[in-house]
Amino acid sequence: MITKRIIPCLDVRDGRVVKGVNFENLGDVASPVDMAKLYTNSGADELVFYDITASAEGRKLFTDILSETASNVFIPLTVGGGINTIEDFDRVLKCGADKVSVNSGAIRNPDLITEGARKYGDQCVVLSCDIKRVDGEFRVFARGGRDDTGMEAISWIKRCVEMGAGEVVVNSIDTDGVKQGFDIEMLQAVCDAVSVPVIASGGAGNIDHFIELFRKVPSIDAGLAASIFHFGEVSIKDLKERMAAEGIPARI
Amino acid sequence: MVAIIDYGVGNLFSLRSSLREIGADVIVTSDEAEIAAAGRIILPGVGAFEDAARKLRESGMADVVKREAAGGKPLLGICLSMQLMFDKSYEYGEHDGLGLIHGSVRPIADVIPADYKIPHIGWNSLHFTKESPLFKYSKEGDYVYFVHSYYAADCDESTLAVTEYGAELTASAANGNVYGCQFHPEKSGNTGLNILRAFMEV
Repeated sequence: MITKRIIPCLDVRDGRVVKGVNFENLGDVASPVDMAKLYTNSGADELVFYDITASAEGRKLFTDILSETASNVFIPLTVGGGINTIEDFDRVLKCGADKVSVNSGAIRNPDLITEGARKYGDQCVVLSCDIKRVDGEFRVFARGGRDDTGMEAISWIKRCVEMGAGEVVVNSIDTDGVKQGFDIEMLQAVCDAVSVPVIASGGAGNIDHFIELFRKVPSIDAGLAASIFHFGEVSIKDLKERMAAEGIPARI
Repeated sequence: MVAIIDYGVGNLFSLRSSLREIGADVIVTSDEAEIAAAGRIILPGVGAFEDAARKLRESGMADVVKREAAGGKPLLGICLSMQLMFDKSYEYGEHDGLGLIHGSVRPIADVIPADYKIPHIGWNSLHFTKESPLFKYSKEGDYVYFVHSYYAADCDESTLAVTEYGAELTASAANGNVYGCQFHPEKSGNTGLNILRAFMEV
């Protein structure tokens, strides 16, 4: 039986892991290479590796950090941040990424999804979407959550999946960094709309929040978080043991 | 020495790293002489069937791989490259594979219930249907990492392991010295490293 995945996210800036509260007040945590090794050994099912400043400042991922991380990690690695062209797909896949996450690049040029899916397969293209409630609707935000695109999120996600996105990361700006739990309502809305795997992001503060997520949104595939793992507030081992005890399929 | 064949698709990096981790002597190459000199061959694969099959042919690697396989050299195709071992694929059309294992590659959507998600992405368990040296360090129920939207069909006689995802999907197949894993051993933690270790000993 397929398991629910637990995914630590490594937001990287200037070669260091950072985590923003509502994307502001970034705090330096540790070397992404060290974090990746630690997570691999502690039972993480996958890692997400984002260059969070790339879309805002037009910077490319530091491929040496990526390569070094990928050479120490024997679990799946998704890379995002600054993915604007098919050449960016080539570049990160050659450095050890398994999946490529597109966000602002796809908003600027939706054909990027089609192109990536055609060349590398649907399963290689992950749509990452930063969503915030505006005027009673879910709205897509670009550039690391700073710009309101005016696009309604559910229709945007459906369109991207039709174009070839094989997986969707839903990051709720409304719950991100607040540690009061995942955005159940938003995640259910996305799961109801698409048939590809959906990864929940934004809002996890403790183990109960993950249990609540998998209970209330049975069709969610994975839970993603950053700071609670980085700072040791939640141990992945404890989390997965609790999942298993609660009857939620987990790889232990 | 194991040769990872570089024919212009991704994933070489992870595979090389994981083979180094288990102490294997690895070369990444598209040089015919180097491939001939290696004791084993691995074909990695990320991507779409048509693009990969074309690259494999245009690079001349398709002929090299077929010749080496016919000579009895252990060959392992991973994920898309496992699919390339089969006769044909129905991914975005109809495309010929290498024909080293009999069967065809078809959409998962054809066989699983509508409420199952596609791609089949994540950690799923192995259930063995036939004994094989490839899995001598593995045990029933071991979790490995899958990422695929298509699967190998019509290959019962060569199937080594299946995984359950609303239907039994081929997880691994072999025809003599030609092996294929639909999952990614290089991304399956210690379980995967054990499978690569076993391949280095077949």
